[in-house]
Amino acid sequence: MTDLPSNLKSNPLLSRWLTVDEADTITIRSGKVELGQGIATAMAAIAAAELGVPVERIRVENTDTLRAPEEGWTAGSFSVEHGGAAMRFACALVRELFAEAAAARLGGSAGELSVEDGVFRRPGANEGLGYHQLRGAVDLERMAGDLPAPKLRGGTVDRPGFSRIDLRGKLTGPGFIQDMALPGMAWGRVLRPDHPKDRLATLDVAAVKARPGVIAVVVDGGFAGVVAERDDLAAAAVEFARKRATWTRTAALPPMGEANAWMEGVPKNSTTFLADEGEAAPAAFRHEADYSRPYIAHASVGPSTAVARWDGDAVEVWSHSQGIYPLRKGLAKALRVDLEKVTVRHAHGSGCYGQNGADDVALDAALLARAAGRPVMVQWSRADELSWSPFGAPMRVHLSGAVAADGTITEWAHEVWSPPHLARPGFGDGVNLLAAWHLAEPHAPSAPNDAPRPQGGGDRNSVPLYKVGKRRLTHHVLPERPLHTSAMRGLGAHCNVFAIESFLDELAAQAGIDPVEFRIRHLEDPRAIAVIRAAAAAAGWDPKDAGGEGTGRGIGFARYKNSGAYYACVATVSVEEKVRVLKVQGAVDAGAIVHRDGVLNQVEGGVVQAASWTLKEEVRWSDAGFGVRSWADYPLLSFSETPVIETVIVEDPSAPSLGAGECAAGPVAAAIANAVAHALGVRVRHMPLTHERIAAAIEAA
Amino acid sequence: MTAVPVLETRSFSVNGRDVAVTAPEDASLLAALRHDLDLKGTRVGCTEGYCGACTVLVDGRPVQSCNTPLWAAAGKAITTIEGLAQGDVLGPVQEAFLIEQAAQCGYCTNGMIMTVTGLLMQNPPATKHEIVEVLDERHICRCGAQPRILRAIDRAIAVIGGRK
Repeated sequence: MTDLPSNLKSNPLLSRWLTVDEADTITIRSGKVELGQGIATAMAAIAAAELGVPVERIRVENTDTLRAPEEGWTAGSFSVEHGGAAMRFACALVRELFAEAAAARLGGSAGELSVEDGVFRRPGANEGLGYHQLRGAVDLERMAGDLPAPKLRGGTVDRPGFSRIDLRGKLTGPGFIQDMALPGMAWGRVLRPDHPKDRLATLDVAAVKARPGVIAVVVDGGFAGVVAERDDLAAAAVEFARKRATWTRTAALPPMGEANAWMEGVPKNSTTFLADEGEAAPAAFRHEADYSRPYIAHASVGPSTAVARWDGDAVEVWSHSQGIYPLRKGLAKALRVDLEKVTVRHAHGSGCYGQNGADDVALDAALLARAAGRPVMVQWSRADELSWSPFGAPMRVHLSGAVAADGTITEWAHEVWSPPHLARPGFGDGVNLLAAWHLAEPHAPSAPNDAPRPQGGGDRNSVPLYKVGKRRLTHHVLPERPLHTSAMRGLGAHCNVFAIESFLDELAAQAGIDPVEFRIRHLEDPRAIAVIRAAAAAAGWDPKDAGGEGTGRGIGFARYKNSGAYYACVATVSVEEKVRVLKVQGAVDAGAIVHRDGVLNQVEGGVVQAASWTLKEEVRWSDAGFGVRSWADYPLLSFSETPVIETVIVEDPSAPSLGAGECAAGPVAAAIANAVAHALGVRVRHMPLTHERIAAAIEAA
Repeated sequence: MTAVPVLETRSFSVNGRDVAVTAPEDASLLAALRHDLDLKGTRVGCTEGYCGACTVLVDGRPVQSCNTPLWAAAGKAITTIEGLAQGDVLGPVQEAFLIEQAAQCGYCTNGMIMTVTGLLMQNPPATKHEIVEVLDERHICRCGAQPRILRAIDRAIAVIGGRK
């Protein structure tokens, strides 16, 4: 048996991965879906390089549960690392099968044939045979593990100007799930309350049914929705219904308090998952500090949308979910139908950074389409998008440490408090789909456990990559949270790295050592040291720069999940009434690069989003319920607030390719906080770094 | 008993073509474009006038179509993203965004292309500073493509300036 990449081992049938088309194109199918991150382009580049075919002749099919490889969720920066490795291997196997078929016709051995531009040729020959001419001679209904290990060509088709394969279409016309239309399709909207603990008590169904264009009003326990001939009429009918509904408050929300003070009053499941034995070396000084981040909204620009079409007891669902196979399982359970009766097809949605409302709206659409007896598209309102989409989980971190007289860290204790960061459909034994919990015969959600280590959830990136002497790591999972949480870009890495990298600067300052030098002294991994040096060099880091007078610079570093891409950056800020990030100069090591501009785009987007979280974003609530109901309640980093971003790629082409979408979140947050401390001489340890918090820190100094 | 919506017919032009749309009396221009005219390059965003994904040109001026009632578009000339390209040749701003790969998901992008197109076609063309002020006020990008979008604006300004 040939040793296969994990995702090919679990999906060994080659015909699931690709089809050689009659029209001289090759259609590839990946279980890793396009979320706006450019994965379709990366997959096309990998397939083109490995097959020896121009990338223009690679078609990337939208994934569905009928045929595509089952590769779980498109998440965790694993798509290139795992999905890409499997795609490359599958394409290499197919290339070798076609080379054998070509050799049988052209003469000679498969090994001496070349393949360029999709054509196999003997050495020195002008004439050859293309993939499409050989398709009848090759059977792809073969198991990858039964074939001899292929020779991987490696590499990519990347070149200057190589660009995203999907953008031209999207920038000229339709291209998203919201743009779909099925024959006979109607539009649905769901009525959800303004308070997370309210449940529907009564609704004047007859009055809503009488509204213009309404086809059906659906009430199933606490789930209620409207189906109409047009989306605008469905939206109007739901707003009318809101005025004819009464609600029961099932629980009150705890007061928010400052910096997640609400966490003090809720139960916790605590685990000390790493505790080094032995005595720590003698310390010259000790230090401890608390850090936090609030709830973060997903805040996709497009509304969460799904389309569902029933045929008897079978349902077809179009979704922009991160995981169509796990969603399929969740839908089957929620709808109480057999798994084989559910087909999920992926369609592109607007930017997705974790679990947004895509999965939940898929169940909404299936429920409304079943009741209406027509295909139905459901879109969420902006208010529901900002309040009912799962949130990025809030966190508190307490760090304590000790440093020896020579500036070596001798002890390190990291405690993190956070609700679970993962509640996707398919995670755990329950049904993690919003509407399922509110039906007359409800389903229970999965037990509120966090994502398991080594990736972790709230504890992601809590283990420092640095040598820090005697370590103690404790994770407190808070199962009872006021607002629902699930995956958001980086999970716990954002706040853990923010805390670790802030704390390192605090220790370095007390030890009288330059922060860059201090980090390098405590690192052994040469790739980690290389990105820190590259970022410092790009920023012209000067250890003698004393900062102050309202401008400063700071560094941040992490290896995402301690197993993914390395990223270090230097942020330059000015602080007047508020913090302004002027520049973020960074370096990334994501192994062998598949699509250079794709990596840069993901890192830049990660920098901007992290700066926005760190400086501005906080989901609030009150006794009245959700505090974020429109964009006016939740400002993001604007165009004029966007820093200049420079990114150096530190590439080792022999290292495995790694995803780059999440590596920037923590380092950017820390670099900004460290730059603010350098500018002001006081430190703000709670995100967002608002004017009020900075003023309070100055006051307290 | 379901009520039949009260319908109104409004006439205007879209991308140089005269159209008449019969839609519910309080329909938005966005709904008319997407639902009735099948012009889905204009995106549905917040539908509350904040995110700008639905921006089109009305008589050459950038306008958010979600909070523009259809009656207000009667008799006007509407340009959507589908109206910027001439055959395979993209509009200059569209082309600049594509060259700079000024998007991640691309969902909010078409609205920005329309705003920048409108501001650069006015006489005199808007400055970069003026364009950024409008983007701050009326457009949202969550993916963090702002650095590339700002580069695309620089490119579009240079190209359009060079043509005059």
